[in-house]
Amino acid sequence: MNTTAATGAARPPAPETRTGVPRVPLAERLPLLLVPVLALATLPLVGSLPTWATLTVAGLAMGMIIFIIASGLTLVFGLMDVLNFGHGVFIALGAFVAVSVLAPLGGLTEADSMALNLVAVGAAMLVAMAVAAAVGLVFERLIVRPVYGQHLKQILITMGGMIIGEELIKVIWGPQQIPLPLPQALRGSYFVGDAAIEKYRLIAVVVGLAVFLAMLWVFNRTKIGLLIRAGVQDREMVESLGYRIRRLFVGVFVAGSALAGLGGVMWGLYQQNVVPQMGAQVNILIFIVIIIGGLGSTAGCFIGALLVGLMANYTGFLAPKVALFSNILLMVAILMWRPQGLFPVARR
Amino acid sequence: MSPARTEGGTAPGAPGAPGVAPLLTLTGVHTHIGAYHILHGVDLEVEQGRTTLMLGRNGAGKTTTLRTIMGLWPASAGQVRFDGRDVTRCATPELAQRGVAYVPENMGIFSDLTVRENMVLAARGARDADAIDAERLRWIFELFPAMHKFWNHPAGLLSGGQKQMLAVSRAIVEPRKLILVDEPSKGLAPSIIRNMLTAFRQLKAAGATILLVEQNFAFARQLGDAVAVMDDGRIVHRGAMAELAEDEALQARLLGLSLGAHQ
Amino acid sequence: MMRSLLSADYPRSRVVAALLVLIVVALALVPFAFPGARSLSVAAKVLVFILLVASYDLLLGYTGIVSFAHTMFFGIGAYGVAIASTRMGPGWDAVALGLAGALLVSALLALAIGLFSLRVKAIFFAMITLAVAAAFQTLASQLSDFTGGEDGLSFKVPEVLQPSFELLEDGLFGVSIDGRLLSYYLLFFVVLALFLALLRIVNSPFGRVLQAIRENDFRAEALGYRTVVFRTLSSVLAALFATVAGALLAIWLRYNGPDTSLSFEIMIDTLLIVVIGGMGTMYGAVIGSAFFVLAQSYLQDLMRWISEGFAALPLAAALFSPDRWLLWLGVLFVLSVYYFPSGVVGRLRARALARGLR
Repeated sequence: MNTTAATGAARPPAPETRTGVPRVPLAERLPLLLVPVLALATLPLVGSLPTWATLTVAGLAMGMIIFIIASGLTLVFGLMDVLNFGHGVFIALGAFVAVSVLAPLGGLTEADSMALNLVAVGAAMLVAMAVAAAVGLVFERLIVRPVYGQHLKQILITMGGMIIGEELIKVIWGPQQIPLPLPQALRGSYFVGDAAIEKYRLIAVVVGLAVFLAMLWVFNRTKIGLLIRAGVQDREMVESLGYRIRRLFVGVFVAGSALAGLGGVMWGLYQQNVVPQMGAQVNILIFIVIIIGGLGSTAGCFIGALLVGLMANYTGFLAPKVALFSNILLMVAILMWRPQGLFPVARR
Repeated sequence: MSPARTEGGTAPGAPGAPGVAPLLTLTGVHTHIGAYHILHGVDLEVEQGRTTLMLGRNGAGKTTTLRTIMGLWPASAGQVRFDGRDVTRCATPELAQRGVAYVPENMGIFSDLTVRENMVLAARGARDADAIDAERLRWIFELFPAMHKFWNHPAGLLSGGQKQMLAVSRAIVEPRKLILVDEPSKGLAPSIIRNMLTAFRQLKAAGATILLVEQNFAFARQLGDAVAVMDDGRIVHRGAMAELAEDEALQARLLGLSLGAHQ
Repeated sequence: MMRSLLSADYPRSRVVAALLVLIVVALALVPFAFPGARSLSVAAKVLVFILLVASYDLLLGYTGIVSFAHTMFFGIGAYGVAIASTRMGPGWDAVALGLAGALLVSALLALAIGLFSLRVKAIFFAMITLAVAAAFQTLASQLSDFTGGEDGLSFKVPEVLQPSFELLEDGLFGVSIDGRLLSYYLLFFVVLALFLALLRIVNSPFGRVLQAIRENDFRAEALGYRTVVFRTLSSVLAALFATVAGALLAIWLRYNGPDTSLSFEIMIDTLLIVVIGGMGTMYGAVIGSAFFVLAQSYLQDLMRWISEGFAALPLAAALFSPDRWLLWLGVLFVLSVYYFPSGVVGRLRARALARGLR
């Protein structure tokens, strides 16, 4: 690793095997501890370990699903300064598409084989993601692109887009709630000691982790990921280096919409029903999550989502009336500590 | 000690040879920022293979000129020609791909990315660090040893001077036809300025074409071949550097003080 | 006199002026010109929306603050009157106390929110208001002992306003002068007075500073105006007017529940009206509300007719179903943001100006 100017035998030092995540001072790493701290702090309140375990897995599952949905939104904002108030429409779309895809697959979903069930669910997920991506492309072109740079108009127009989307869903699928039952083998729970861990929730955690790790890989090991990380910091400089960041943006928007569609499928299965307003309902949760995490930060979004998921499940058990509030209180508490969110993105 | 190949890649005539069209020409360029009229008809020529210097007070419009050339702010009137083509309406990425490198005043360093990642981004052809031209990298490490030392560290941890070096390194990691540099010596300690000077001298020797905005006249006079002085959004003087360096009365008139004493 | 009444904020367009006159006259004469319970309901709804939307215009159009929590104050006003009348028994004292309490709560809440909005970026603030509004609605349905929960509160209004009350035995022009009529005129005159007050506010030096802040708050601050004070004051004022609108609604309906005054749909409707009518014009609220409520009530009949015509094509039938009213409004809204950023009133004024200059 030692080179001198004179010898000219210099080679760039081999990169250490890291994930490329920069070394951060301890104080900045504190937010990472929030999730375990919250989980452990609630244990005495819940009282019983098995119940706590069930709730924690449920919370993590919900958190993972929310993360999948919110990650696209925060990335789009970080990269292009566009806040899509209509992100919820892709969630609802994904969920309703799943309903339509699973309807004729009764043979697969009613079989008592996990493999077959997963095939059906996997198919629903793929189709939902494809449809959401396609609609995302149109949405970006028609609704978002013309108001790029004008925040007020963005808020208004994307909200309008969501209203239109929700109404179109009602036109196609009808305005009522539609059940979305879990396939046969995915129902029920595993038992770890006395704790009942729902099968589906475990799957959700696995899928969520897979998505998160895939994202980390893209961000840190590919040039596209490099461009995204750089673009979030200084869009102009990335363009000055010769990259058409506009195209990247469309790609990220479409990917974000697809992820929201995936999240919608998972959310629908989690609730076991879908309703056209679900987009607007989940919207609020994801806004809270990305505010907590810091607009533009994927890591912050991940932690924020887990916190929100855990909070919703813990308070749902301990004090049901306070459930929605608990998340708002969490948000306010975190904003008091870090007014820009847990991991504010360094800009320029 | 310098890169084997010459900069720019195009077959050059001798620098400043008569009959060879300037690499960059601005004709009557106006720029508005919102309601403010910043550039009032800028005429500028940058000869291939030479270093052209833009001098002027703060607020004269030097940075605006660079940004207008780069397409970051659109020209409201006039024409910009680069390498034989009209690039007035060209988008920034396209211009960069045509071979223009830009080192902005604020350096444009991606602080969350490592030095290595910053360089990989700047080397458009490279998918990762191994694909960067080894010769080139060796040259950069000789010029700026700090780049080697902090290769895997986040660029945000670098000192101001080191960030400036990184910014320049990015501009030279691949050959470029034209390098636009905005105040590279600003805020730097004298020892680092010496490094910077060496780097630019080597670039010049390799035939690079540079448009340099500077306020540090002592630094600038050692590099500049041609000079253009800007005031109030217009070029008020253009000529050879040697001429300006010797004429103290001219210096006083254009730049407000006699800079001969600025050694 | 017109000058001082309208605070020198003229319609500046013949079409706008004509529409305004038409609307005001129609609203004034509805009980006599269009007798019947339905038309009176529609007219009352128009009045309430005019005040609500105008208050929102003060916030969004004149001060440039995007908030999705405005219906919260609307709800507070409605619940104030409803709760007071339920607990204290019907009467003017209940109304007065309920309103006063509601105004106080609104003022404090608006103060807190207004100050908070200055600490965070606009986008943050918009998102947070969304969350707060949702939470408030949940709160209202949870505190059932206090608010009547999901079912809401039905209550009696002061005797004079009750439908059974009769002022003149034989009525006037064939229309009986009962409590309903009196309620209606209460709404009419209160809304008229408060609207003119809003005109006065936005055309005062205070209002002009608000507009300056909306355009460029840096510069306003540099000019010596403490933007904090102005924006907070504007937030509070907007909230107060909305609160009164809520109280009026409750008095008219003699009922209030979470969906009546706190639903997100009302927020969306308000937003749509203010944008389509014209942000920062005040008159946009009048024209927009009238158009919106009329269309919502009567256009749906048209849509039902069209939808039945498409019986053979289920998709088309669904598209035109009167329940999908919001779809078309959404499309109109999106188009407005693109093509009529200054709304209907702004467009008409621009045309009048262009014509005048020719």
